[in-house]
Amino acid sequence: MKYSKVTILLALVLFSLPSLGQGNDVVEMADVLRQDGKIYTVVFGLVIILTAMIILLIRMDRKIFRLEQDLKREK
Amino acid sequence: MNKYKLAWWKVVTIILLYYTVIGGFLIPVPRLHILNESIRMNYFHVPMWFAMISLFTYSVWSSIQYLRTHNIDFDDKAVESVKVAFFFGCLGLVTGMIWANATWGAFWTNDPKLNNTAIGLLIYSAYFVLRGSLEDETQRGRLSAVYNIFAFAVFIPLIFILPRMSDSLHPGSGNNPTFRLFDTSHNMKLVVYTAIISFIALSWWLYTLFLRIRAIKKLRDEIF
Repeated sequence: MKYSKVTILLALVLFSLPSLGQGNDVVEMADVLRQDGKIYTVVFGLVIILTAMIILLIRMDRKIFRLEQDLKREK
Repeated sequence: MNKYKLAWWKVVTIILLYYTVIGGFLIPVPRLHILNESIRMNYFHVPMWFAMISLFTYSVWSSIQYLRTHNIDFDDKAVESVKVAFFFGCLGLVTGMIWANATWGAFWTNDPKLNNTAIGLLIYSAYFVLRGSLEDETQRGRLSAVYNIFAFAVFIPLIFILPRMSDSLHPGSGNNPTFRLFDTSHNMKLVVYTAIISFIALSWWLYTLFLRIRAIKKLRDEIF
């Protein structure tokens, strides 16, 4: 009977622990990914793809410009 | 001979595209249930539709100008802008389907917004069929210009008005949250607006390239 109050308190705290976790209302996000720094790998990959696409676009732009110039001279 | 120079607005487009891609992944977003990180699809899915609508609007304007002036240049502008707009519409549909699978659990739901958009894009695909089936240049120009105007007049109610008249799963319809002008979080606004501007500019760039190729083809046919 000496420790009954402490036991009950401990039991109550232990039982309420799972509900504490739920009460925090945690929303899953890519936090671990960000902590590991791995998200930067994906961003880096996308930046490379974008760079390649833009280089392609600019080259096409230039080629069309040259073609226009050639046709203008022939006319 | 003139030297090639990259136009200033193309440089701006490139810079904004980099901001969209990097900021779209790294700038914090609101933490919401079910959506989780898929909320970032907003940065890439929404601009596709903005680019599509702006080019469709431009093509209708060109078609009206063609009917008024009978200048074949306006017909070229109309068809090339519809081509690029259709391309962006397909991209919007595919990105939306990927997001729907992650959030709603199915690639396609019988939602009015989704179905109507698919119908709208099919209407526009008939525009290409119509053009392909006519040989005479002026006849093709006139008929397709009229068709284009009617297609736009059907398309706008299909995707903007009708889905709002019934309950829809799609964000922004009914009482659904996310993309609304005033309750989107500040960080998201930064990227969303940049993304919309950059993708509209990119679609315009692509459109000018297509238009110039068409002009070159015509010139070459005249010379040879």
